[in-house]
Amino acid sequence: MRVGVVTFPGTLDDRDAARAVRLAGGEAVALWHADPDLQGVDAVILPGGFSYGDYLRAGAIARFAPLMSSIVDAARGGLPVLGICNGFQILCEAHLLPGSMIKNDGRTFLCREQVLTVQNADTAWTRDYRAGQRITVPLKNQDGQFVADERTLAELEAEGRVVFRYADDNPNGSRHDIAGITNAAGNVVGLMPHPEHAVEPGYGPDGATGPRTGTDGLAMFTSVVRALVA
Amino acid sequence: MGRVVVDVMPKPEILDPQGKAVAGALPRLGFGQFTNVRQGKRFELEVEGDVTPDVLAAAQEAAETVLSNPVIEDVVRVADIEADAAATAGSTTAASTGPAL
Repeated sequence: MRVGVVTFPGTLDDRDAARAVRLAGGEAVALWHADPDLQGVDAVILPGGFSYGDYLRAGAIARFAPLMSSIVDAARGGLPVLGICNGFQILCEAHLLPGSMIKNDGRTFLCREQVLTVQNADTAWTRDYRAGQRITVPLKNQDGQFVADERTLAELEAEGRVVFRYADDNPNGSRHDIAGITNAAGNVVGLMPHPEHAVEPGYGPDGATGPRTGTDGLAMFTSVVRALVA
Repeated sequence: MGRVVVDVMPKPEILDPQGKAVAGALPRLGFGQFTNVRQGKRFELEVEGDVTPDVLAAAQEAAETVLSNPVIEDVVRVADIEADAAATAGSTTAASTGPAL
């Protein structure tokens, strides 16, 4: 089970995502934005960061990278694709997921441990969670406010395509408290918070058993690795 | 050398956090008469030679596919800025595919 991790100019969290894949039992394969070759990977992760400085819009230029054409085609054919933070923004710009992200309504960069509720545990990336489960993972972004028109929001809700919702309080003004969504087929998932930063005791958010013990993000990666093995 | 200007604004129904930040600062600096601020983007696209209708059409396409995201933004102007300036000065040679603001 080889999981590709894409690096764009300005990507920050590619190493963390690759490490999360390895901790989940998979093999991480580094993919470069300018090379359209997917190297036969079984799944792809678009990690967080600030591709091309996010100067035009978050994810707007990365979307046109040669590798993205291959990913869009493969995703339409069912390849599991996960976009985290800037990766989620890129998936929206590439029209693999609906809606868009604008600046947080509080107008500040947020960096905190965030509680989420798993809404959909049937996607390629969330099978190792259970619906209704509360998980804690880091959230760190400037443009995290998910927006979409009312018709799109109604469609996402009706089809169960909201994958994660902010629990307890909404940190950034996202419509319907949405933290992550999926496409109709359930193979493409995007979310703003960072599961790859909560995969290893000693480096994650505070957990029930002590400071920095939280590993709630790991199930995201085991979900796809186990599905590919099975 | 010709130059096309493209103006992009956040959609009216989308909260504009940047504009809101500026609107909050203006009264503190004594500019109390401005009741609202919205902040957009201006792009200047340069071409060799004149701004022809083909150049304007290409700029319009770039504006809609790359320079703006229709989910959150509107393209409010695509115009030859030299012609625009001439029009402002009273000439009739303006070439604009969008409403001049």
